Amino acid sequence: MTSKNEKDRLIIAAVDSAIDHFGENREELIPILNHVNRTLGFLPSEALEEISNRLKSSRSQLFSVASFYHMLSTKPRGKHVIQFCESAPCHVVGGREVWQTLKETVNLEEDETSLDGKWSLITTSCLGLCGVGPVIVIDDDAYGNVTPEQIKDILAKYSD
Amino acid sequence: MIKYFRTHVLVCVDPECLSKGAHDIVDALNDELVATGLIDEVQVLETSRIGACSQGPEMMVYPEGVHYAGMTVDDLPYIVEEHFLKGRVAQKFILPIKSIKDEELTAPTAKEIRVVLRNCGVIDPENIEDYIAQDGYMALAKVMTEMTADDVINEIKKSGLRGRGGAGFPTFLKWTFTKQEKSDVRFVICNADEGDPGAFMNRRVLESDPHSVIEGMIIAAYAIGARQGYIYCRAEYPIAVKTLNIAIQQAKGLGLLGENIMGTDFSFDLEVRMGAGAFVCGEETALMNSIEGKRGEPRPRPPFPSVKGLWDKPTNINNVETYANVPQIILNGADWFASMGTEKSKGTKTFAMAGDINHTGLIEVPMGITLREIIFDIGNGIRDNKEFKAIQTGGPMGGCLPKEYLDLPVDYESLVKAGSMMGSGGMIVMDEDTCMVDIARFFMEFTQEESCGKCTPCRVGTKRILDILERICAGHGRPGDIEQLEMLCAEIKQDSLCGLGQGAPNPVESTLKHFRDEYEAHILEKRCPAKVCKALIRYQIIENTCTGCTVCARNCPVNAISGERRQPHFIDPDTCIRCGICVQVCNFNAIEIV
Amino acid sequence: MPTIKSIDDLKRIREEALKKQEMKSASGQKQIIVGMGTCGIAAGARDTMKAILEKIEKDNLSGIIVTQTGCIGVCEMEPIVQVQIGDGPKVTYGKVSKDIAARIVDEHVLAGNIVKEHMVNI
Repeated sequence: MTSKNEKDRLIIAAVDSAIDHFGENREELIPILNHVNRTLGFLPSEALEEISNRLKSSRSQLFSVASFYHMLSTKPRGKHVIQFCESAPCHVVGGREVWQTLKETVNLEEDETSLDGKWSLITTSCLGLCGVGPVIVIDDDAYGNVTPEQIKDILAKYSD
Repeated sequence: MIKYFRTHVLVCVDPECLSKGAHDIVDALNDELVATGLIDEVQVLETSRIGACSQGPEMMVYPEGVHYAGMTVDDLPYIVEEHFLKGRVAQKFILPIKSIKDEELTAPTAKEIRVVLRNCGVIDPENIEDYIAQDGYMALAKVMTEMTADDVINEIKKSGLRGRGGAGFPTFLKWTFTKQEKSDVRFVICNADEGDPGAFMNRRVLESDPHSVIEGMIIAAYAIGARQGYIYCRAEYPIAVKTLNIAIQQAKGLGLLGENIMGTDFSFDLEVRMGAGAFVCGEETALMNSIEGKRGEPRPRPPFPSVKGLWDKPTNINNVETYANVPQIILNGADWFASMGTEKSKGTKTFAMAGDINHTGLIEVPMGITLREIIFDIGNGIRDNKEFKAIQTGGPMGGCLPKEYLDLPVDYESLVKAGSMMGSGGMIVMDEDTCMVDIARFFMEFTQEESCGKCTPCRVGTKRILDILERICAGHGRPGDIEQLEMLCAEIKQDSLCGLGQGAPNPVESTLKHFRDEYEAHILEKRCPAKVCKALIRYQIIENTCTGCTVCARNCPVNAISGERRQPHFIDPDTCIRCGICVQVCNFNAIEIV
Repeated sequence: MPTIKSIDDLKRIREEALKKQEMKSASGQKQIIVGMGTCGIAAGARDTMKAILEKIEKDNLSGIIVTQTGCIGVCEMEPIVQVQIGDGPKVTYGKVSKDIAARIVDEHVLAGNIVKEHMVNI
């Protein structure tokens, strides 16, 4: 278990690295939020607070942006985020069965995170990979032509 | 060992070319090669889909990529002597538009023309030299050395290029408006926030030929007088973002971007901005809010971006495909571009075809081609020999067109007049088994979820429409629903702030117009003619066909099927959840949907 | 590479790039091209690419150029691999698994026989 201080340190470090990279600039808010979201897995309120201080921008403004975009999360996310494409082209080529198996395998419903913090399951809009549907994305890796039988093997690659 | 030929001749043997004597050409060509002793050096192959069957017979000569058409058997000795013996192109038979570089896989069907997609899958997108070898940045060089900003705008005007993102606004006008506005700072933006489900034309261009977009943007910036540009790419396309960033770095390295481009005093810098997952950001004013680091909500227009755009500065915003067309227009001339398409819609358009069609995927066709040609000639017809029912063009905010519209030419005006739109280029083909009320509900679900909530007509109106549609599909339709839908559609269209709300009612309006009887069947007779809506269908065992094998009863997940072995079975409609498993497992086709 | 200061500079780079390509074909260069668009990668193009590179290294093969290209356009056939030998026609293979990739190297690239059953013709 990380202590409170350790957690704070990680958050500050993530914000620092984002602002170092993109600059202390209100215009860069979305890239900064994206960066922090990637590093920490989500946007804890402490991070929003820190960003708001650094960019001299109100917390409510920041929260309104953070809550607008699907890819930013103000709720804790698991170590690995599984995105399932819920668009029609994937749906009609067997997406429904993959989604069902996926939910059963990680024992989660949409937008849930497992208790051990390993997995989050979310849906995504069309990834433009319709030719190889159904498609799931885990962290940065896209998997196409997924069948329910493959789910176990694919998830096993993320054993850490 | 494989036999090496220095030259390959591909003769098109499509039905149209065959009817013009393509086989005679092949035979005569081989005879001539034998006679001239070239038969071991030149190989004649039969192929299909070179691209100009209407002017056939035709053939391609590789590696030069020379396209001959319209020759007769008597012309062959001349062509063989000129081209294969003397190594000169036989100008008389050459086809002027050279857009096909890869005969294999990427060979377009007869009715396709590749302008935007010409390099896709042909070059290494991470190597700028590959692009330059295909005349890349030659258009920019021409602009920098020979053309003033006004010359560029005039050339675009003459070409008739219109926005490929949906509305079809004349590109030169947008450029002119942005240029005219008094300001010291101007921006150009590329809208690469392609979000329509099933449409991935832009992804393909960005990932496979990023420099064509970058070159188009530099030329636009030169014409408008902008020093800074942004490509707003959706976060769902990480590889496109990566490819673009590499391309930008390489272009900077060669002095094609940055300070003093190609040694002139024109400077322009380009940056990729990533979205964070919001469909509405494809709307241009929402997109600009997002670049500024705000919620991606649309702004009221006017003022238009050309007047007050990014950070309130005059801003030109075009789609990926629009920019990718620009270098080709500059290089080949406006007349060449305007020779393709219809009177008001020039050039080509890429489409992503999906649904119940044999060949799905991306195509690029000249404007003005008919829906019938796209569906039946290029798409090879409807899957499983079913009947065509409707085609939805223009993405989730487009309309559904029935078979009476199959001969509709695909151009901006015709599609709008028919109650649909060009949109970014998604096309979904639907067969006879599709319920149009269910389809309208499906698209409404999408737009309703993606409504950003800023304006009431869109936020509340789409929800009301969805409620009514869900009710109709669930078998609780009421007389008067149709009229109420029509009223809602009209009001949402008129009063919404941006294109999302204004377009959201299109699927409902168009299906109400063309498939009103299906709505009536759902509402008045509580019947789904396509047998899709679960609440309105019933599974029933045909007594005379059922053998009593018990397979269905054993597979039914809710034990709704009963009956004695070797006796006809029975489905209890109250327990049945209409999952359809019994139909799948029955070996005797003894279960029907009523 | 020096920056481009004039149209002649650009033309020079183009000529050099073209010459490089011509030399590749004139010398009978063996080229393997892997489609590495998102669709390709989602369908396993990275594994295919890795298999080809491992095969080349394991068998100590030389004179083979492995490059990548973007989305070729028939995503349903990904991963896609193309083989071109000299100025011969480009042969396209679809749904190329690791094993098929190794076969293509052995049979087509080395022995010159097209692996017909995995060829894509549309």
